[in-house]
Amino acid sequence: MRCSREGVSLLRKTEIAVVGGGPAGLSAALTAVRQGANVTLVDRDPILGGQLVKQTHMFFGSKRQYAAIRGIDIPAELIAALEKEGGDRINMLLDTTVLGYYDDGSLLIEKDEQARVLYPERVIFATGAAEKMLPFPGNDLPGVYGAGAVQTLMNVYGIKPGNRVLMIGAGNIGLIVSYQLVQAGVEVAAIIEGAPKIGGYLVHASKIRRAGIPILTSHTIVEAKGAESVEGAVICKLDENWNSIPGTEQTLDVDVICLAVGLSPLTELVWQACCEQVYVPELGGYVPKRNERMQTSLPNIYVAGDVAGIEEASSAMICGKIAGLYAADDLGYSNNMEQLSAEFNRELNELRAGEAGAKIRQGLEKLSGGGRVC
Amino acid sequence: MRITEHPIIEFRRGNPVSFTFDGNPVTGYEGETIAAALHAAGVRVLSHSYKHKRPRGFFCAIGNCSSCLMKVNGVSNVRICITPVKEGDLVEMQQGRGELVAQD
Ligand SMILES: Cc1cc2nc3c(=O)[nH]c(=O)nc-3n(C[C@H](O)[C@H](O)[C@H](O)COP(=O)(O)OP(=O)(O)OC[C@H]3O[C@@H](n4cnc5c(N)ncnc54)[C@H](O)[C@@H]3O)c2cc1C
Repeated sequence: MRCSREGVSLLRKTEIAVVGGGPAGLSAALTAVRQGANVTLVDRDPILGGQLVKQTHMFFGSKRQYAAIRGIDIPAELIAALEKEGGDRINMLLDTTVLGYYDDGSLLIEKDEQARVLYPERVIFATGAAEKMLPFPGNDLPGVYGAGAVQTLMNVYGIKPGNRVLMIGAGNIGLIVSYQLVQAGVEVAAIIEGAPKIGGYLVHASKIRRAGIPILTSHTIVEAKGAESVEGAVICKLDENWNSIPGTEQTLDVDVICLAVGLSPLTELVWQACCEQVYVPELGGYVPKRNERMQTSLPNIYVAGDVAGIEEASSAMICGKIAGLYAADDLGYSNNMEQLSAEFNRELNELRAGEAGAKIRQGLEKLSGGGRVC
Repeated sequence: MRITEHPIIEFRRGNPVSFTFDGNPVTGYEGETIAAALHAAGVRVLSHSYKHKRPRGFFCAIGNCSSCLMKVNGVSNVRICITPVKEGDLVEMQQGRGELVAQD
C-alpha cells in the first residue's frame, strides 16, 4: 500500500457496514435494505459471491430452493435483488479490504491503495473462512494448494492447477473438487483420508469411484517432494490409532497436492474488536459468542456465515438474513419482525435437523456454554 | 495450462492484456487476477520465505495467506491473487519484506 499524508481520510458514514459479500453478507445486506436501512457492503474481491463463485456443482445443501441449483448461480440472484431493491440505500465497495476495527466502531478500509475510514452504526462481519493447513515436510512448496484455491483457478479462471493431483481429505469438498478436476481434464492420482471411512456423501464418492479414482482411507501424507515446486508425494497407511505403519510408504508422481482438510473461521477482525470467543471444534475453531439475533458480546457487532461457525451456504444465508434483520431492527427499521424472524428461524431449524445437523447442534450447544474474552 | 473444453462451464475470457514479469512479457486476460495469469503462463514460484528463502507459491486465492506477495508497479506486498491484471503492469518478484513507497 502507498502511504500518503492525506491517505487516511473520512470516507463516509453508513448505517450498517457488512464486511464480506459471500452468501452470508449478501443475504444480510439484502434483508437490511429491504427493511429500510442504508447499507455499505465491502468485499476485498473484485467479484461478489465469496466461495460460491467457484462452486459449479449442484449444491449439497438440503434447502428446498437451492438444492437443485449450482452454487455459482446463487450469488447472481442475490446481487440482482440487491441492485433492484437496494436503490440508493445500498453501496457496494468491491476490491476493498477491511484492515481493522477501532474502539469507536469505525472500520479502516483500503481501496485503490488508499486507506480510508468508514463510520457505521452497526457492523455485520461475514468474512467467511480459510482453508486449514496440514503439517508435513514440504507443505510450503509451490504446488500445495487449498481446495478453494484449486476451485478458483479452474472454475473461475479456467486454468489447470497442474497435471496430476493428490487430494487430501475425502469429505464433501475433497470429493467434489476431485470430480471437478476430472471435468477440467486434470488427472487425480488418489484421494487420501486419515479416517477409516469417507466423510462426504455417498453420491459424490460413487461418482469418484466411477471416474476410476482410488479413495484410500486410513492414509496420510508423509512428505511433499520437490526442490522449487511439488514433484511428488509420499503417502503411508495409518493404524487404528492414527500412527503411521512403517513399510507402507509409497511415492505418487504428482505435481499438485490439494488440501481439503477443513476450514477455519476468519475471525481476525472479530478478535480485534474484542468480541468474546469460544473454542468449539465442531464449528471449526474459535467462534464469536452470539445471541439468537446473531449479535456478539459487543452490541453493535453482528456475525453471520462461516465466520460464526463452519456450516454450509444455505445456513450462511439464513444466518445472514437474521443478522441483517436484527441490525436493522436495532436502528429502528422494524417491519414485520415477528413474521420474518419466525420464518428465518424455522428455515434454520429445518436445515439443522436430522443427522446431518447433529455436529452443528452439538457445537452450538457448547458455544452457548463457555466464553473467553480476548 | 488453460482449459479449452469443459462439460459445464463456458469461460468468457476478456480481452488479452500484456504485462511483464521480471522483465519478461506475459499475456493474461482482462478480468483475471495477476496470480491467475502467471499460473497460466507456468510461473509457480511467486516469492521466497524471509529467513530460509524457500520458494512460495499460490495457496489460498482469497487474499489471506501472504504466499503471493509481489511488487507491482513499484508497490511492494501486493496480494496478486486478488489483484486484477492490467495492461502494462510491471510485476516483479519481491526481495525480503519489501518497502513502503512515500508519496508526496
Ligand atoms: C471447495 C468448497 C466447496 C463447497 N461446496 C459447498 C456445497 O456444495 N454446498 C454448500 O452448502 N456449501 C459448500 N461450501 C461451503 C460454502 O461455500 C460456505 O459455507 C459459504 O460460502 C459460507 O459463506 P460466507 O458468506 O460465510 O463466506 P464466504 O463465501 O467465504 O465469503 C466471505 C467473503 O468475505 C470477504 N472478506 C473476508 N475478509 C475480508 C476483509 N477483511 N475485508 C473485505 N472482505 C473480506 C471475502 O472476500 C469473501 O467474499 C463449499 C466450500 C468450499 C471451500
